[in-house]
Amino acid sequence: MNTLQMAIADSVTITKRNALKIKRAPDLLGGAVILPIVFVLLFAYIFGSMIEVPGVSYREYMVPGVFVVAIVSSAQITGYTLTLDLRKGIFDRFRTLPMAPSAVLTGQTLSDLLMNLTSIVVMAVVGLIVGWRIHTTPHEAVMGFLLLLLFAYAFSWVTATVALALRTPEVFNNIATLVSMPLMFLSNVFVDSARLPGPLKAVAEWNPVSTIVQAARDLFGNAIPATAVSGAWPLQHAVLVSLLWSVLILIVFVPLATRLYQKTVSR
Amino acid sequence: MPPAIMAEGLVKKYGDVIALDGMNLSVPEGTVFGLLGPNGAGKTTTVRILTTLLKPDAGHATVAGFDVVADAHRLRSHIGASGQYAAVDDHLTGAENLEMVGRLYHLGTKPSKQRARELLERFDLTEAADRPVQGYSGGMRRRLDLAAALVANPPVLFLDEPTTGLDPRARAGLWDTISELVATGTTVLLTTQYMEEADRLADRIAVVDHGHVIALGTADELKDQIGGDRIELTVTNPADLETVRRTLAPLAVGDMRTDALHVTIPVTSGAASLTSALGTLAAERVTVRDASLRRPTLDEVFLTLTGHQTTDSPKEHDR
Ligand SMILES: Nc1ncnc2c1ncn2[C@@H]1O[C@H](COP(=O)(O)OP(=O)(O)O)[C@@H](O)[C@H]1O
Ligand SMILES: [Mg+2]
Repeated sequence: MNTLQMAIADSVTITKRNALKIKRAPDLLGGAVILPIVFVLLFAYIFGSMIEVPGVSYREYMVPGVFVVAIVSSAQITGYTLTLDLRKGIFDRFRTLPMAPSAVLTGQTLSDLLMNLTSIVVMAVVGLIVGWRIHTTPHEAVMGFLLLLLFAYAFSWVTATVALALRTPEVFNNIATLVSMPLMFLSNVFVDSARLPGPLKAVAEWNPVSTIVQAARDLFGNAIPATAVSGAWPLQHAVLVSLLWSVLILIVFVPLATRLYQKTVSR
Repeated sequence: MPPAIMAEGLVKKYGDVIALDGMNLSVPEGTVFGLLGPNGAGKTTTVRILTTLLKPDAGHATVAGFDVVADAHRLRSHIGASGQYAAVDDHLTGAENLEMVGRLYHLGTKPSKQRARELLERFDLTEAADRPVQGYSGGMRRRLDLAAALVANPPVLFLDEPTTGLDPRARAGLWDTISELVATGTTVLLTTQYMEEADRLADRIAVVDHGHVIALGTADELKDQIGGDRIELTVTNPADLETVRRTLAPLAVGDMRTDALHVTIPVTSGAASLTSALGTLAAERVTVRDASLRRPTLDEVFLTLTGHQTTDSPKEHDR
């Protein structure tokens, strides 16, 4: 077996292992499947009647935002499990085996991707039931889902990096909540960012989460018609900027996480 | 034949803490080597270096002919390791754990499955094979962890405190398992805080303290190294203890230990010392209920060598 074949085979093995873990741990599965359903229903039925956005039904507007919320919160769960793994001896076991060292993190992020795929499918189905509709061509819709998955994959490298840097599950959870809450709420996920007061508006419009949400709305045809011309620059070119964000995140965080993994486990 | 494990002058520092301070080891193929030392002696650090988990700050080591730093990747196919804390996956079943390890050794899917079943049977885990490890007892986890170390049939095996934290029955069971393994010719490096364990399992023992070896040899050699035998006396009357201590002091070659009505006296000339001691006590009209001569225990060896006890069960002794 050459190095590349080995790296692929080992990544598959670790992905399977993590997928089994997710399947067995009700809290993880709950995070991946039940939480998104709750989000969709909560925002469709409770906030949907109170929040108005111009030119589009709130239920349709909200669903792409909830996709991204689910991606961010499930990343938090997998980062947490990574810190738990670090605390136990399992990474020591991996490191005494003749496996590709990179497989631990690629396996981790690939299983995250599977989990995100599951939760997006579930949310899409529930969304369709409560009135979410795709108004674009199938080609654009597929692009929308692929873009979400790419962003999800990139984002799990960020989580992995933070988890490896912090190491302690409790600390990780606190920091992750502290960072992800403003990321999600100072954005256009739940409200139209154009209607936020001055400084908040600027923050929300340049928040990468807003960009990816806007891109998804564009590709599914759920955007407020005016954002295409009136929003900040990233919102006007949301699909392109989302791609750039994802690629940039991967370029920065893949090597960073890999380096941290080597360092963290060899103490 | 070159030694299966060879370490020269290993040094490892953690900030100000010197975990290893010139550790030397040489373990011939097919033997069991016991690394015996108290908590913090540097046992785990040694094992982590030898199993490629940690790079030494100085010194070098080879295992199965591979340098642990330069040839780390190739070496990993030739070793199995079972750590101080069972490194198994809670959410996976016993079988899934072993299959995963087999695949990561690149044994292939089918052989991995088959090997997992074999090992589960051998370690008496067949019944629990398809249950998540979460529900396993401490002893079962340890057995599974040991099984994981054996998946690829490695010629060199590292066992870091394999029985620490186990109840006596589970410990005895694991001892039997390890003895069976050794019989098949595997080279084993075993660390332990228990004298009894080193005595029972190891061909040769290195006593480690403060990051280096302070004594080396077979259990018998180590016992000889600290001299002679022990006289064990039990008197009937506590008032006689003082007389015993005073009159037998010239015979003793180290500290006498008194425990209730029981006195332990280290001596050099074995049976002659015993005869002379009993003669002296008869002359002093001390009633001796029981008297015997025995070899020193490893606990005593350890205490003599390091000035402190190994395990957390300090015995009372007067000086
Ligand atoms: N990761 C670490 N960071 C700091 N100090 C450590 C670390 N690992 C071990 N030590 C210290 O090194 C010494 C040897 O530890 P160790 O090898 O674990 O001993 P043992 O296994 O014999 O109990 C101890 O003083 C321990 O506190
Ligand atoms: Mg230890």
